[in-house]
Amino acid sequence: MSKANLLDRRQVVSTLLADRKDVVAIGGLGASTNDITAAGDHPRNFYLWGGMGGAAMIGLGLALAQPKLPVLVITGDGEMLMGMGSLATIGLQKPPNLSIVVLDNECYGETGGQISHTSAAADLVGVARACGIADACAISTMAEVESFAVCVHDVVGGPRFANVKIDSAELARILPSRDGTYIVNRLRGDLGFLPI
Amino acid sequence: MHARADAADTAPNWPDDIFATLQRYDVRQVPYVPDAGHSTLIQRVLASSTMRGIPLTTEEEGVALLAGAWTGGQRGVLLMQSSGVGNCINMLSLIPILRFPFLTLVTMRGEWGEFNPWQVPMGSTTQGVFELSGIKVLRASNAAEVPAVLEAAAAQAYNALTPTAVLLSQRLIGAKVFTK
Repeated sequence: MSKANLLDRRQVVSTLLADRKDVVAIGGLGASTNDITAAGDHPRNFYLWGGMGGAAMIGLGLALAQPKLPVLVITGDGEMLMGMGSLATIGLQKPPNLSIVVLDNECYGETGGQISHTSAAADLVGVARACGIADACAISTMAEVESFAVCVHDVVGGPRFANVKIDSAELARILPSRDGTYIVNRLRGDLGFLPI
Repeated sequence: MHARADAADTAPNWPDDIFATLQRYDVRQVPYVPDAGHSTLIQRVLASSTMRGIPLTTEEEGVALLAGAWTGGQRGVLLMQSSGVGNCINMLSLIPILRFPFLTLVTMRGEWGEFNPWQVPMGSTTQGVFELSGIKVLRASNAAEVPAVLEAAAAQAYNALTPTAVLLSQRLIGAKVFTK
C-alpha cells in the first residue's frame, strides 16, 4: 500500500506536537487519535472515538471560548469529508487561533482501506480556501510540517488549514482512554475550570 | 409569512423572554440553522455583545460546537427547527459520552395547522428522536408559559447536566402559510 515520497503520519503528528506548550490538540475519530496518543498522552489532548465529522467543530467551539489558546485539530480525510460543511462555518467565524491538519491517506484506513474522495477528486485545500480559510495549503515535506507547527502557536493569524498527504500503511494501534467524560474533565481542569 | 394560528398567543415578546433567560444563564455561543420562528431571537443574539451567533451549514455541527465550547469554559444553546433534529442524531451521542450541558430550542413544524406535508414526518418524530437519544423534552405551547419553561430547561441543562430540548410549538409560533 505504501507509495514513495509520502510522509509518515506518526512523524508528522509528533513534529506538530513536539514543542506544543499550551496547545490543545483534538484528534478526529480514527487513526489520528492514535497518532496523537503515540506522540504522548497529555491533559490537553481531546481524543474522539465517535462523533465522526465533528472534530473541526469541537475545535471551533473551543477556539471561540479560549481565544488566546492555540487550538489544533488533527483529523483524517474521511472524517473531514463528513464534516466538510464545518469548513464553511469556520470560514465565516474566522477564529484566529484555530488550525486544522488533515492527515490524508486517501482511504478509510479503519474499515479496510476503501478509497476516499480525496484519492481522485476532492481537493480539501481548495474546499477550505473556497470556504474563506485563506491560509490553506498542501504539505508534502517534513520541513513544511515543521514550519506549520510553529504557525500553530500564532493565535492572531488563523484560521489555517493544511492537508498532508501521508502513507496509508497501517501502524500499530496506540490507544488513548475511551472515557470521554474523563478526557473532557481532565482538559477543563488543566484550563482551570472546576467541576460543576 | 406567518399567520397566527391561535389568536390568544399573539404576544410578540416571547423571543425576548428566551433571550433574557439565556443572558441570565451566561450563554455565550449560539449556533443555529435559521428558522423563521427563531428570527427575532437570532436578531437579538447577533446584536448582543456577550453572545456569539454562529450560523451552521447543518445542525449536527452545533452539537459538536457546544462540546468544544464547554471544554473551553463556555455555555451554549443550539437553535434549530424540527427538521434539523434528524440531522443531529449520531452527533447527539457526544452528549452522554462527554457529559457537557446541552440545551436546544426547537421551533416545531409539521404539527398545529401545518400546510406543508413534507414537514410532517420529521415533525412527528422530533420528540421521539430526542427521547430515544437520552434528551429530556419540554414544550411551550403558548407565550405565557415560555419564561417558566425556559427557566426550567436552562436550570436542568446547565445546573444538573440534564440534556434538554425545548419544543416551541407551532401553535406558539404560528403556522406558516403559502396560500391566500
